[in-house]
Amino acid sequence: MHSSAVFLIEFGAIILGLGLLGRFAGRFHFSPIPLYLLAGLAFGEGGLLPLGTSEEFVAIGAEIGVVLLLLMLGLEYTASDLVSNLKTQYPAGLLDAALNALPGAAMALLLGWGPVAAVVLAGVTWISSSGVIAKVMGDLGRLGNRETPVILSILVLEDLAMAVYLPIITALLAGVSLAAGSVTLAIALGVAGLVLFLALRYGRVISRFVSSDDPEKLLLVVLGLTLLVAGIAQQLQVSAAVGAFLVGIALSGEVAEGAHNLLSPLRDLFAAVFFVFFGLHTDPASIPPVLLPALALAVVTACTKIATGYWAAKRAGISAKGRWRAGGTLVARGEFSIVIAGLAVTAGIEPSLGPLATAYVLVLVIIGPLTARYTEPLATRLTGRRKQPPAARATKTEALPEALEPVDDGTADRA
Amino acid sequence: MPVPRLSSTPLPGIGVRYDLTTREHRRLSVVAHRDGARTVNAYRRDDPEECALSVRLTAGETEALIDALMPSHHSPNLLSTTDLGLVAERIELSSVSYWNGRVLGDTRMRTETGVSIVAVLRRAEAIPSPGPEFRLAGGDILIVIGTREGLEAAATILGRD
Repeated sequence: MHSSAVFLIEFGAIILGLGLLGRFAGRFHFSPIPLYLLAGLAFGEGGLLPLGTSEEFVAIGAEIGVVLLLLMLGLEYTASDLVSNLKTQYPAGLLDAALNALPGAAMALLLGWGPVAAVVLAGVTWISSSGVIAKVMGDLGRLGNRETPVILSILVLEDLAMAVYLPIITALLAGVSLAAGSVTLAIALGVAGLVLFLALRYGRVISRFVSSDDPEKLLLVVLGLTLLVAGIAQQLQVSAAVGAFLVGIALSGEVAEGAHNLLSPLRDLFAAVFFVFFGLHTDPASIPPVLLPALALAVVTACTKIATGYWAAKRAGISAKGRWRAGGTLVARGEFSIVIAGLAVTAGIEPSLGPLATAYVLVLVIIGPLTARYTEPLATRLTGRRKQPPAARATKTEALPEALEPVDDGTADRA
Repeated sequence: MPVPRLSSTPLPGIGVRYDLTTREHRRLSVVAHRDGARTVNAYRRDDPEECALSVRLTAGETEALIDALMPSHHSPNLLSTTDLGLVAERIELSSVSYWNGRVLGDTRMRTETGVSIVAVLRRAEAIPSPGPEFRLAGGDILIVIGTREGLEAAATILGRD
């Protein structure tokens, strides 16, 4: 067979398979990310169906997927969103980083993986999945809840922290010396600061330059600009993803809106390819040995996230129920943990890191929506029980509180 | 009476939430998503921080809901609805109406639609039970009683210009 025919068949089969998996996930109201990862595990090395000709394209597609994920993330926020969240919520952001990054780092050191892997694993356990969390809050009908702005501002701070963190691990993974590393870091911080400043000051000018009434031209200009900046950032060892994030921040208003709508389907396509690619490079046989540490890490960091959300909501003056809800909602880890682990895997630092991250994300992306729903009723019942007489304990099968009833927000039809 | 105020809270990455507390201390909010969709939320009485109801609407559904909420739009026209399935409504003739200067009998209203025109309001006066020879004028408000379908047909006939 002609190689391009083989490529089309292979790639078409992958995309079709992902589409069907996505539909399946949509029917049960959960994120398709774990299914994409499992699909990647099934193909690829050590899996059921090793791929041939399409692997190179999938690799490039995955690269574009990361760039688009970060670009879209940047488009979600305006520079003033970032600055105002940074000003008001930084204590919550710092606590979030301390509580959730440290367990990851500690685990890597315990396993004897060395300091670089520790920094990587810290990032994997630190960053929650904004995609999964936004979807879960919509599905549970909690967008209007009072704890929601608190949850969102923690996500904003994490995403902003990524802009500083990614250049650091890019430099670390490149194995540069301490001096060269500091120079890279200084460049990265300088560029991030400059872009934030430019976006605040001249966001409108940049947006006007990019702006176009014709969707085709807008798509080409934004995509071209993003890939170009991402490439240059990569060359400067600042990380392509951060370059794309900063382009997203710099665009504002109508242009951001238009680009958001145009690029969403592209992002969905390439991000799915990215998850498959990550799975492809993980040998399923390498997962069982790291399953125990992954589970332990998942349990610990689920608890630390709940503590983070609880504290942040308490700080914002929210009642106990809302604090538990905020904590439970933040548990899901997803796309960015995989992005971080993906950088380490391509750099080839620690062979077990990829499988550990895969197992960890698989667990938390599935558990996350459950903790979002059940942390509050469970905590309320546990704390309430202490005050109640022992007789109340018998009513084990009492009706679920009203809050638990699934709220139909109309997403069922769209799924 | 104080004017109700909407307060707004930005939801980064999602949109903006507008909150309203009613005179009865019930809380309502609308999340304006950036893609034009809206989520309407009502809060629980026992926990005003949590939504009891959260309905996501498309842009079109939102418009339909706004239409129903507009105080000036439908309610003054709708006089009452009886148990018999009859509806009374006010229908206003436009100033450029086809019926301006024609007699009521020309509309063949009862034959065509089964509805009755029980009164006509013209400026300050009310003319009860106008006969077929009654001459209509632009700006007249007709009080019409009939079935819901009959009234819709009547509105179409009277809307002619």
